[in-house]
Amino acid sequence: MLLLLKFDSKTIRKPIISKATLETNALINILRANVGARKGEMVVEVDDSKARDVEEVFRRFGVEVVELREGIVKDEGRCVHCGLCTSICPVEVFEFDENWRVVVREERCVHCGVCIGVCPCNALSLPVNSINKDLKFHTI
Amino acid sequence: MKKTIEEINRKITEGSVCVVTAEEMKEIVEELGVERAAKEVDVVTTGTFGAMCSSGVFMNFGHSDPPIKMQRVWLNDVEAYTGIAAVDAYLGVTQLSESRGMEYGGAHVIEDLVRGKDVELRAISYGTDCYPRKKIVTEIALEDLNQAVMVNPRNAYQRYKAATNSSDRILRTYMGTLLPNYGNVTFAGCGEISPLNNDPEYRTIGVGTRIFLCGAKGYVIGEGTQHAPPFGTLMVKGNLKEMKPEFMKAIVMPGYGVTMMLGIGIPIPILDEEMAKATAIRDEQIITEIIDFGVPKRDRPVVKRISYAELKSGRVEINGEEVRVSPLSSYYMARKVMEELKKMIERGEFFLTMPVERIPTSGVLKPMRQREVKLVKSVMTKAVTISPETSVVEASKIIIEKNVNHLPVVDEKGVLIGIVTSWDIAKAVATGRIGKVAEVMTRKVITAMPDEPIESAARKMEKFNISALPVVDSRRRVLGMVTSEDLSRLLAR
Repeated sequence: MLLLLKFDSKTIRKPIISKATLETNALINILRANVGARKGEMVVEVDDSKARDVEEVFRRFGVEVVELREGIVKDEGRCVHCGLCTSICPVEVFEFDENWRVVVREERCVHCGVCIGVCPCNALSLPVNSINKDLKFHTI
Repeated sequence: MKKTIEEINRKITEGSVCVVTAEEMKEIVEELGVERAAKEVDVVTTGTFGAMCSSGVFMNFGHSDPPIKMQRVWLNDVEAYTGIAAVDAYLGVTQLSESRGMEYGGAHVIEDLVRGKDVELRAISYGTDCYPRKKIVTEIALEDLNQAVMVNPRNAYQRYKAATNSSDRILRTYMGTLLPNYGNVTFAGCGEISPLNNDPEYRTIGVGTRIFLCGAKGYVIGEGTQHAPPFGTLMVKGNLKEMKPEFMKAIVMPGYGVTMMLGIGIPIPILDEEMAKATAIRDEQIITEIIDFGVPKRDRPVVKRISYAELKSGRVEINGEEVRVSPLSSYYMARKVMEELKKMIERGEFFLTMPVERIPTSGVLKPMRQREVKLVKSVMTKAVTISPETSVVEASKIIIEKNVNHLPVVDEKGVLIGIVTSWDIAKAVATGRIGKVAEVMTRKVITAMPDEPIESAARKMEKFNISALPVVDSRRRVLGMVTSEDLSRLLAR
């Protein structure tokens, strides 16, 4: 499970990731992080079986948690399966299948949006209702 | 055992022709051997589908009443070349829209026409006795044109250089987006299924060879521009009115511009064992080079020699690290082209031709003859460097005394570690940070190399909105400075 964590000025300076690990014994893999002076965002990966417990800890410490269930959306009508995106995505969401079609491994997507500005066919977008549209991560 | 084109065409008429795709042929030769493969197989279909910038369409619009001799013409605000007869024009795929810029261009107009859409035609003229009209605005569709002939000066590259980027900045190129520090590799071309690789002596592909061009029947009309075997290219033509939209695609390479992906298929007649052997070529035998786009010069350094098999594997090793690789061409679509051409031949709709003239099997790509190539080292000035221990006050004195705006900060070996500008010093004083320059300097410095062309240095200053670059050697030791004032004096002529 991928979680988007939003820290505010009260939570940003606290070692909450470590606390969550100690309390739940879950391994928390930080995939992206943008830590500012007064607020910050992170995308972390947690084993599905531990996700509930970890989320509970984050919320208790005042961190806003959003489960990233939908990933990048590919418009099949526009994609020509060139595969330019395959070497760009930091978490390897895009792969070729045995017929050289580009397939999307949506569950890996961390919503960084880097691929959107790379696709020559303008075939990629974040999900329409994605709360993550306002992610402030630097691209690449 | 030899076959002629006439024999193969007779088999096509009779419906007994044996056609296989280039992919299938590799397996067949491996299984049956060259001799039997040559006997059994009559035609091998090859295909490619990729961005081909050197493409466009000749159009004839018919005459208006009163008639106009078009001096300039735009289609959906994309200018076409009309320095030919009154209502003839050539629309190139990379030409950009004057109002929409990089999001719409010649390629999009061509795709819109093939999809049956109306396109706005706007033309102006100076007016003559025979062509009195000076302006026209109207709508046209593909069916309204007398002729619409795709004529592409350079298509179907046999193989192409792969690209990577050693610099610490992201690059937006015609080879796609290249990530910093060898972050990825991109390559173009379809390797073992691509037409010219399956006939490397150009025995059957030459002037007059009938081909599949974007779903229509087209022809090779000669070698393409920049033809330099084994980086061979083709000049081709075909009737736009017969083309199918699924075999063409207008695209935008982010930060570079508009171009068009085209589907080209060429049938190779298996006249003898030599052709069977040629069409058995594998990606492992097709070698190209990965070149470094991080060096902004024409002759970019070669990072590595590499086969298409390695490139297609999706990962290569550069400096001991695994780097991911992206194609720019679509194998999925190239396969569709091969399959479609195979079906057309099997259905008796497509006959083969022998070339009426061979294309050259050798050639070199010459660089442009230039008056001079000005390099950074010829315009750089002496740099006034300081140590990180220098105080802000001292730095301000140096700026005034030496009459400079930029002070590169170097360590004891002369290696660049930062830069302070007169603005940085003013800001430091204004905010009361008047300690050492190490505390106020910019650490990530954009630099130039002495052998870099001055245009490249100017581009960096423009891109990063700065007015000077320290010139450094390969060990980042400061050799001098190049400033925007130095360059504008040279470039603004």
